[in-house]
Amino acid sequence: MISFLDFEKPIAELESRIAELRTTADGSDLDIGGEIGRLEKKSAQMLAATYAKLTPWQKTQVARHPQRPHLVDYIRLAFTDFVPLAGDRTFGEDAAIIGGLAMLDGRKVMVIGHEKGHDTPSRIKHNFGSAKPEGYRKAIRLMGMASKFGLPVVSLVDTAGAFPGVEAEERGQAEAIARSTEACLALGVPMVAVIVGEGGSGGAIAIAAANTVLMLEHAVYSVISPEGASSILWRTADKAADAATAMKVTAQDLLGLKVIDAIVPEPSGGAHRDPAATARTLAEAVARELDALSGCSPSELVRQREERFLAIGSL
Amino acid sequence: MSWLSKVRNSISSLAKRDTPDTLWMKCPGCSEMLFVSDFEANLSVCPNCQHHGRIGAKARFDLLLDPGYTVLATPKVPENPLNFRDTKKYTDRLKAARAANPYPDALTNAFGTINSHKAVLGVQDFTFMGGSMGMAVGAAFVCGAEKAIAENCAYVIVTAAGGARMQEGILSLMQMPKTTVATRRLAAAGLPYIVVLTDPTTGGVTASYAMLGDVQIAEPGALIGFAGQRVIQDTIREKLPDGFQRAEYLHAHGMVDMVVHRKDLKGTLATLLGYLERKEVA
Ligand SMILES: [Zn+2]
Repeated sequence: MISFLDFEKPIAELESRIAELRTTADGSDLDIGGEIGRLEKKSAQMLAATYAKLTPWQKTQVARHPQRPHLVDYIRLAFTDFVPLAGDRTFGEDAAIIGGLAMLDGRKVMVIGHEKGHDTPSRIKHNFGSAKPEGYRKAIRLMGMASKFGLPVVSLVDTAGAFPGVEAEERGQAEAIARSTEACLALGVPMVAVIVGEGGSGGAIAIAAANTVLMLEHAVYSVISPEGASSILWRTADKAADAATAMKVTAQDLLGLKVIDAIVPEPSGGAHRDPAATARTLAEAVARELDALSGCSPSELVRQREERFLAIGSL
Repeated sequence: MSWLSKVRNSISSLAKRDTPDTLWMKCPGCSEMLFVSDFEANLSVCPNCQHHGRIGAKARFDLLLDPGYTVLATPKVPENPLNFRDTKKYTDRLKAARAANPYPDALTNAFGTINSHKAVLGVQDFTFMGGSMGMAVGAAFVCGAEKAIAENCAYVIVTAAGGARMQEGILSLMQMPKTTVATRRLAAAGLPYIVVLTDPTTGGVTASYAMLGDVQIAEPGALIGFAGQRVIQDTIREKLPDGFQRAEYLHAHGMVDMVVHRKDLKGTLATLLGYLERKEVA
């Protein structure tokens, strides 16, 4: 059962009408199949039309949808033979960032990403996808290992931001993020990052300073959450929608700014309506980008990555 | 009034040149009433409690560089690339900041010597839009590092920033990897990169070039962290530990090499450069 967002209300009403009609049809010999078909077609059209012109704030809600596929779904649906690797060897294991060895359509890769969890216990386990220093230090360790063994790195970004807490500060959250970004830039192997949900600030860029940066169609990527920008810049909590628009957080905006290289399309109505199809498209897109980078030498890869980030926003 | 504008107002009153001898100020550290002229003559450090006040780029250059340094031009970057406006247009905020500051953005570099050791010194000025890191700061950082590489000398950066410049949206976030490319190039050239963390250094600045120094120095009492205290408070809903995110706290937790009084800063930098630089002194 899909949970509907506020702006999907007309679609939700239509869907519940269809469900009612189905129940009625089951218990009688009335022929309302034609009517159901007509309404289903209308609902599909409404969904496609709504998702074709989502506002930045609506996209933010889609990117945070509780049923949106997360890293564990992509690992299951887009990769095979996953071998999870845990711990930063210094302090602990942070389940907000998951990583390990995996196969992507015949290619050996190191996959790293944020995991938010899908219900209360798993959200608590994964700290809602907000990593602590040990999460970033695990990412650094796995990137180093990938470089050593010539495995391309695929990172899937989905975090509201790095965890803002006393223990995170105590253990050097800022340093961990800075070093993780540095580790991306130092990689002698191809790295492809995909913003799959929320790309929240420093906690996102720490594993997204890649050769190629892709973004799912309805993902968002920003320096601060729209709510945070609203409260700091507008000094009120209720300007999040304006802030989302002003900050240009959508894949479509970021492609124009050359912050991302390509958009990965989502199924009609968003990734959460068909995780398997989303994962297939994502796997194909990542494989294509990895293949495009596969002929480059380690120094060419480093150079390309450096030039990519030096060039963003230059005159 | 927010804490930020409170801070800004107190700074603008302190930053004024040619302060009359009769002007008083209340020390933010100990609440003692001080003559502004005495405070400034003492490197903007309270003689009573050693509270380190915030100082701008020009004062830093004069404090740390030998006379005869050259201020480097701030690189040009696209202005207001997102055509951003919140309650005000970003271009108007920039104009106001420029009118109140000697340099065109929050990070300015100078090339010179520190007790005869050649160095590029970059200084972030909190009075310029909270020192925030946008494209101009990123470009200036890259430019400072490139100058250091060209001159085969150290890059010393004095940080002060609330974080990324939100009015530049994602482009400000992109300055984190961009400046990190520059620190990597300094490292590849075998040149020292020294960070002096001053009050306050938080957010994306801390989570990029401000934490990547070969040597990390902090001024006493400086607030240094990733997340803002209010955000942390809202997350944990309990009292923050004493001295949390202050220079001494970071030192105790292994995040900085040393906490150095402003009067000893130049000598400390010179000593470090003496050890780390490759070529003999200029
Ligand atoms: Zn005092």
